[in-house]
Amino acid sequence: MTQHDTIIIGGGHNGLICATLLARAGQRVVLLEANRNLGGLAATREFFSGFNAPLASTLYAMPEKIVAELQLDQHGYTPSSQTLDLIALSRNENPIHIKADTIGGAEVGESTSYGDYQSMLRTFAKALAPFWSKTMPAISDRKLSSLATFGHLGIKLRTMGRADMLEFFRVAMLPMRDLVDEYFKSESLRAALCWDGLVGTSMAPRSPNQSVITVLSRMAGSHGGLHTIPSQGMSSLISALESAAIAAGVEIRTETPVSKVIVGGDEHGQQVDGVLLANGETIRASRVVSSADPKTTFLNLVGAPALEIEFTNRIRRLRTKGYVAKLNLALSSLPKFKGLDEPNGRMITADKMDDLEFAWDSAKYGEIPETPVMEIVIPSLRARGLAPEGKHVLSANVMYIPGQISGGWTAAKKQELLSRLIAILDLHAPGLSTLVEHAELLTPEDIQNEFNVSGGHWHHAEPSVDQLLMMRPTYEAAQYATPIPGLYLCGAGSHPGGDISGNAGRNAAKAILS
Amino acid sequence: MTNNPDRLRQNSTDPYAGERLKLSYFHERQAPLNLRDAWSAWNGFKFADYYYDTDYEYFCIRNTCGTYDICPMQKYIIDGPDALAMLDRMVTRDLTKLGVNRVTYCGWCNDSGRLIDDGTIFRLSDEKFMLTCGSPCIAWLRKSSLGFSNLEITEATEDFAALSLQGPTSFATLKAMGLGEVEQLKPFNLIHLPFQDGEIMISRTGFTGDLGYELWVEPRLALPMWDALYEAGANYGIQPYGEAATNMARLEAGFLMPYMEFNEALKTVNFEYDQTPLELGLGWLVDFKKPHFNGRRALLRQKNEGLKVKLLKLDIEGNKVAEEAILYNDEKQSREIGYVTSAMWSPAVKANIAFAMVDAKAANGEIWAEIYYQRELRQQMKMARCTIKDKPFWVHPRARQTPPSLT
Repeated sequence: MTQHDTIIIGGGHNGLICATLLARAGQRVVLLEANRNLGGLAATREFFSGFNAPLASTLYAMPEKIVAELQLDQHGYTPSSQTLDLIALSRNENPIHIKADTIGGAEVGESTSYGDYQSMLRTFAKALAPFWSKTMPAISDRKLSSLATFGHLGIKLRTMGRADMLEFFRVAMLPMRDLVDEYFKSESLRAALCWDGLVGTSMAPRSPNQSVITVLSRMAGSHGGLHTIPSQGMSSLISALESAAIAAGVEIRTETPVSKVIVGGDEHGQQVDGVLLANGETIRASRVVSSADPKTTFLNLVGAPALEIEFTNRIRRLRTKGYVAKLNLALSSLPKFKGLDEPNGRMITADKMDDLEFAWDSAKYGEIPETPVMEIVIPSLRARGLAPEGKHVLSANVMYIPGQISGGWTAAKKQELLSRLIAILDLHAPGLSTLVEHAELLTPEDIQNEFNVSGGHWHHAEPSVDQLLMMRPTYEAAQYATPIPGLYLCGAGSHPGGDISGNAGRNAAKAILS
Repeated sequence: MTNNPDRLRQNSTDPYAGERLKLSYFHERQAPLNLRDAWSAWNGFKFADYYYDTDYEYFCIRNTCGTYDICPMQKYIIDGPDALAMLDRMVTRDLTKLGVNRVTYCGWCNDSGRLIDDGTIFRLSDEKFMLTCGSPCIAWLRKSSLGFSNLEITEATEDFAALSLQGPTSFATLKAMGLGEVEQLKPFNLIHLPFQDGEIMISRTGFTGDLGYELWVEPRLALPMWDALYEAGANYGIQPYGEAATNMARLEAGFLMPYMEFNEALKTVNFEYDQTPLELGLGWLVDFKKPHFNGRRALLRQKNEGLKVKLLKLDIEGNKVAEEAILYNDEKQSREIGYVTSAMWSPAVKANIAFAMVDAKAANGEIWAEIYYQRELRQQMKMARCTIKDKPFWVHPRARQTPPSLT
């Protein structure tokens, strides 16, 4: 039997990155993925014969550093430099195109404001960027390295200059709405600019919390927050990560769900001893690194009896309700959106911020919103092989859709939501409904079940201030190590959180190797 | 009047009903005996500090027998296939070794290994346990049960009328009451015996370090049991005793009192103003060989790193009680090394005794107590040399003898 030093649970991008870095450092690593495909929420799946789409359709947060460090270019991955415009769709007005520095289709004044807005956010994003790829110091930890991290953050904020630093402290916890209200007039523009602070969280435009921080973390990527789609598709990123892992010596086993993390030990303390697979097989290793979400890892795989009581209750209290549903459409041809030559951007279907707010109001009481808001991309315009020749895939993130609705999700309820979504699409792209060959709708509950993610939450745990930084997912597990010796976290539930960035996987590997 | 402890709260003519203290199931008998009306409160119950005279009640415990009302003590039933595993993970002692009809003293800690409370666990059947403790614990029990789905936790405090019977004639009293079968009951065992048309559960347990029992009946049998007990005990010097006498007996026996020797960890505000079992000399309660239990990691660390403070039993020269005294490393008070948590003049041992929390390093050197006392209203201070005692201040073979003596 092969001896392993480390078992990685979960073959999403974080698990793959962590596995590769550990294997390169000389560890014998086996990675176990429950599903058939690697990639987790970024895995590309065939949702209809000949039509493929990943849940995560675009890239924005993947640092060049990780791509370079893993030499993903040598494994078939080429990052795209073609950014997608963020397009504010409106039922009654012309679409507004938001690019890196300019705005098209809005009043002149808006463009000037956008320059100021972007310049401010970039200053802040740049100051914060180093901290997404660092292990956060533990609370009350007085180690030199921890103090250095605090010091570094202080210096970064201070060197922005006094005015910018104070402005940062003023806006950091603002609701998205208050921030964009200060800068813009157009309703649909404000709504579209809110989107990146909100999507994947349980925040709406009026929620004060970390939405601005979310925007800033998403701006840390190569294109200042604008999205791209690799020309070979998201699958090219995942297969490059797989290839890099295999090249580093990682043994990858798919369709291998883990049912238990084995915790052994003796009178001198606990120690991880391997995992028990759902098929009854045991794999021994003194280190287990889980990219599964914290609730799944601690409550299901480890189990409360092997953990401390207060810690377990903190994990139970983690807020993990996801509110993003996925709509995938197989289209017989390219739809025509009003006011757009080509729907080759990232389109937000909110006339105004209240569309988001009201959708959230329904969702938070367990109701399906009357008018959900969508972020639409047609990835087949950018990446080859997603749809048969001449046909297209429309992929939309739908907010705010509760995982649990009153009375529970039924086929009829899903159909009702699907009809509403297609009706909304028809308003923006008349006749789109006639092009639909197949529609797939994944509620957060479906995402939870299919991808083994608590609550179907994009970030495994809400990225709110109480669950961020040295509190992510909770203290005593926020530096990737957990209370159980040998057990580590490396997924989106750890700092800095979700999105396809790989920082959590990379930070975890660094923490394990240090 | 009924045996409902909430009866005052149901009195619609009393505008303060909800604010009044609850009355114990034994109140109707205890109140006339409380000659001094010396009432205080415990867990919302009206509770006797003493009935007539603290010293007199103390001497009853040591020389004849006395009853102490444990109705206000918190009682929980944990029942189900997961009950043993859940409690075993919660407490520091190995509960898997606890047989049916046995009782064990144990403590439980927060994640940081700080003592939340101590108490006793009764194994009533394979899957059914009763936990008793001084302070309400239901929230902690519920938190502790996360991940153990197959059990039920019931707050059972008011489901029992319970009385502690302590002292050398306690067995003789029970025998005279017709419960002679307790003769074979060993310390920490329990037995169910018929009583009138019901049942009485008797455990050989207590908080005095002496021969003694705790009697548990359903509330409707509270007064019949009291009457039978006091009739049987009339010639054996039976007398109710209150909190003050308990506190004397328990200190002599070397038992800890919450809020004196330790602050309950869940209620402590200042960092580490609570204590670990190791600091409290309860290392014998902490079983690192058993599977995981709460606080284990922190306690292991403390065991390996060594204690910073520890609870000591002190024999103090002279007869001035060292209550609230600060301790020093020499008579000149060069360095402060700790403080007294409980102190008394022990009539049984004829010694000036105390529990004290002391810097572990200083425990090897001299220990001096700065004692303040009054002489006809004039404040006096003296420095008194302290000697560490390893054993409980007072132990008597009758406490463990089976069959027990009648006197």
